[in-house]
Amino acid sequence: MDKNISFTLKIWRQKSPKAKGAFAIYEMKDIPGDTSFLEMLDILNEDLVNKGEEPVVFDHDCREGICGMCSLYINGHPHGPEGAVTTCQLFMRKFKDGETITVEPWRSAGFPVIKDLIVDRTSYDKIIQAGGYVSVNTGAPEDANTCRISKEVADEAMDSASCIGCGACVAACKNGSAMLFVSAKVSQLAVLPQGKVEAARRAKAMLSKMDELGFGNCTNTRACEAECPKSISIINIARLNREYIKAKLKD
Amino acid sequence: MWLSNSSIGRKVVMSVTGLALVLFLTFHMSMNLVALFSADAYDMICEFLGANWYALVATVGLAALTVIHIVYAIWLTLLNRKARGTERYAVQGKAEEVSWASQNMLVLGSIVVLGIALHLFNFWYNMQYAEIAELTNVTVAGTAVGPTEGAKLIELTFASPVYTVLYLVWLTALWFHLTHGFWSALHTLGWNNKLWLKRWQVVGNAYTTLVILGFAVVVIVFFLKSL
Repeated sequence: MDKNISFTLKIWRQKSPKAKGAFAIYEMKDIPGDTSFLEMLDILNEDLVNKGEEPVVFDHDCREGICGMCSLYINGHPHGPEGAVTTCQLFMRKFKDGETITVEPWRSAGFPVIKDLIVDRTSYDKIIQAGGYVSVNTGAPEDANTCRISKEVADEAMDSASCIGCGACVAACKNGSAMLFVSAKVSQLAVLPQGKVEAARRAKAMLSKMDELGFGNCTNTRACEAECPKSISIINIARLNREYIKAKLKD
Repeated sequence: MWLSNSSIGRKVVMSVTGLALVLFLTFHMSMNLVALFSADAYDMICEFLGANWYALVATVGLAALTVIHIVYAIWLTLLNRKARGTERYAVQGKAEEVSWASQNMLVLGSIVVLGIALHLFNFWYNMQYAEIAELTNVTVAGTAVGPTEGAKLIELTFASPVYTVLYLVWLTALWFHLTHGFWSALHTLGWNNKLWLKRWQVVGNAYTTLVILGFAVVVIVFFLKSL
């Protein structure tokens, strides 16, 4: 059994996108160590609702680390100080008794705050819509193994595909660049035969969408890779660069 | 034009100009080393380059590379600051994998630019410029020096402990700048994968260290000789 801890929460509260936000302080008492970070916020919110106060607004959905809905910049790290987990999989046992925990929304021009800790991440959907798919007639299911893919390539595609599009890379980047996300989405298809056909068009369309939406220029600081809850590698960025440069040289 | 209106294009310009400048540094360093062995041989190189037409063409090319690299650096930084937004985090954590140099390339670059300004004043102004202006002699530290007497100029400059220290600070900043710049340039050009990421970092660090040591050793040796 984990022991209970008490701590101070410093949470960003902001009424609306245009309103001026500020930190609010909440004292949390006797929270069990096996409470997840989001459950801990649920406890806080229940308390706030019972007191007739406005609850803290935050994004969440599956709570098992695969949907990419939860966010939160906790104590200076997207998804908290622990590596390779999402906020919903972060447990209070990782924090110390008496600690002050600062919770902020993603801060980037590409992700404007909607309310409190929720930011608008529809720009990621727009990037996917620009070309993050394969245009094939699905038809009847194909025979298995008619299109053979080596284990190495399949693994690489799978690693890139594990990106859940949560936006931690942008939140961590001092340049507000979405390159890790875009490169993972380009790579997961570009390495496979089904995706290769449209690789050039896809790289160009998704990158120009990313630039258009006001994300920054990547300077390879590797902050994104370090903070990514799915450990997406910056090797994807090199691949996107390669695909894009090749496509532009061909034009 | 994709080299100016796409993020990858702009970075390609930074990479290519940066790598070209690294190449220039390599040649410059190799020629400097000659001064350690023979003053006459070094002066011969100075005469061979000097203000001859090919040296002038190369100088203009080099200046263009430098200016493009700097203009793009400032432009990219402004764009990136805008993309970062106006609100800053109250608490900013650090990740081990993120090198200090990678986060401070503009600051390091600015120190390098100041160093270049000093260097142009110390050497270029007294050598190539003096030759263009058809001066037969310039006076450095109370001594008359001809425009192709490079070895003597090095001797006079690094007799000053102030210049010695300033040059070493400049070289240190350049070392930090290149430890990130070298592999990052190749990464931007797409020439990287899981295996080569580590290799390029090792190669970059080793190469940078050799080049910077090559420059530093000349400064230090001439300073020690002057004592």
